[in-house]
Amino acid sequence: MKSINEKVVKISKLETGIPGFDFIAGGGLPMGRATLLSGTSGSGKTVLAAQFLAEGIIKANEGGVFVTFEERPVDIRRNVNGFGWDIQKWETMGKWAFVDVSPIPGESALVTGEYDLGAFLSRIEYAIKHVNARRVVIDSIGSIFTQVKDSSIVRMELLRIVIMLKELGVTALVTAERIEEYGPVARFGVEEFVADNVIILRNNIEEEKRRRTIEILKFRGTNHQKGEYPFTVLPGEGVIIIPLSAMELQQKSSTIRITSGNIELDKMCGGGFFRDSIVLVSGATGNGKTLLATEFIAGGVNSGERCLLLAFEESREQLFRNANGWGMDFEQMEKDGKLKVVCKYPEAAGLEDHLIMIRDGIDKFKPNRLVVDSLSALERVSSIKGFREFVIGLTSFIKHGEIAGFFTATTPNLMGGTSITETHISTITDSIILLRYVEMLGEMRRGITVLKMRGSMHNKDICEYTIDGNGMHIGKPFRNVTGIISGAPAYVTTSEMERVDSLFQEK
Amino acid sequence: MNKMLFKLYVTGKTPKSERAIANINRICKEELHGDYELVIIDVLEQPELAEEGRILATPTLTKELPPPLSRVIGDLSDMKKVLVGLDIQPYTSTINKEV
Repeated sequence: MKSINEKVVKISKLETGIPGFDFIAGGGLPMGRATLLSGTSGSGKTVLAAQFLAEGIIKANEGGVFVTFEERPVDIRRNVNGFGWDIQKWETMGKWAFVDVSPIPGESALVTGEYDLGAFLSRIEYAIKHVNARRVVIDSIGSIFTQVKDSSIVRMELLRIVIMLKELGVTALVTAERIEEYGPVARFGVEEFVADNVIILRNNIEEEKRRRTIEILKFRGTNHQKGEYPFTVLPGEGVIIIPLSAMELQQKSSTIRITSGNIELDKMCGGGFFRDSIVLVSGATGNGKTLLATEFIAGGVNSGERCLLLAFEESREQLFRNANGWGMDFEQMEKDGKLKVVCKYPEAAGLEDHLIMIRDGIDKFKPNRLVVDSLSALERVSSIKGFREFVIGLTSFIKHGEIAGFFTATTPNLMGGTSITETHISTITDSIILLRYVEMLGEMRRGITVLKMRGSMHNKDICEYTIDGNGMHIGKPFRNVTGIISGAPAYVTTSEMERVDSLFQEK
Repeated sequence: MNKMLFKLYVTGKTPKSERAIANINRICKEELHGDYELVIIDVLEQPELAEEGRILATPTLTKELPPPLSRVIGDLSDMKKVLVGLDIQPYTSTINKEV
């Protein structure tokens, strides 16, 4: 009865060091086991696999063996050099070893009689012992079928390899090719051999935009996050996985108030924004969103804070000129190191790349305030799902850094209405400020209201505001107009107002 | 005639290895008449040589000299196929041609 008495060993995880991966994997790859990494051509399998070894050497000083069936070692060395991984150096240091089983051009071997892959197994074992490896990559396992024609032998030998890796106690990442993004796990049915743990990489096209995701399909006997997580591949860094839902839960919250840069708006918000809150300002084109953003920056700089402005609609020159028009000198602020303005076309990169760039910008500049003008512009370069993920990711970076976030969103209609931006991110934001046009007696007037202010009392009025050379001035509430937010303003007579007021008075 | 250099890669002393060794010895004796050098490599003992030769399967027989390099995989049970694979004119067949 050995099987019953055998001690149950809990599966421990090997921290991979791949940014974001260990979080979604619940700590890392199952230690001492083989995990199948399956994906279509160009989904980033080889990069992720190479990174698994590279991070092991860099972060944990663990040796790694790369078994390559497709690319020649010389190509791999060159291809990953751009990520800052110097394989050649690691090879001379005895930290990295290749087992080169890439096809030899022009050479085909005749088969006569029985054979097995004993040489291959002993080469892997030799390499593992040679660099004292704890991590092994086999890239890609399906290619063995093209080199060894007898598939029954391949199947038998794959099983032996998996068992050998287990016995040597190494954690292995085995890549496999698949044909469809949503279909069988891998070609040739190789998943049978490394079926305990399966990770899938996808490179989907959604609304003409590429979106890379990683999904942990299963880790037998141990936990992991479920579903697809977006990732990006960046030069100098490699794969970065963006674990969205993760970060949100760890937000801190502050009761410290900061100024919006506009005294009247501070009053409406019950004394200013919270220090680490996310504020969304929504409004139609030309009704003062960028002005509010500018005031928010000036307010921050004046109280000695550092501000980072990410502009996706206007150029530096335009922004600086506009700020000047309202009496704020962005140029001087930048010279003093209090402000950093980054202008980019939204189309310059994918949203995941934007997100990583913003994160790096935050890490480097360490701002107290971050302004994105406008968030709606970024909507263009992504699918709705991707956009929502971007906002969640961005929000979590901000919250972690205890940074005040200020986003603007453009509504498609002049009067009333909401934008896609709002509908998708309103639950993530802490405060929402609406700027609306109000058509009155043949005149376009403007109204501001604080729709939401988490954790604080706020003014519920819709107040009129004007813009002049000194910025925004908030005045009296529109007492006798209804339907401003719905976009169909209508006058209410004084007697009707009194009647409505009396309705709610306690007798 | 140039001297031939063969390398036979085997994994330990399995029946397959023994068969391959016996077969290559027979082929060499019957067909090459001493005009060869045969190196037998056990990949369990010298895995670095398997790496160097980029050997995947065992047994594998390689003809290193004269060029070009050629390989035959398996226990070499089919002598004719081995000779074709190694690009060698069989000695016996030049004497009494089979029909």
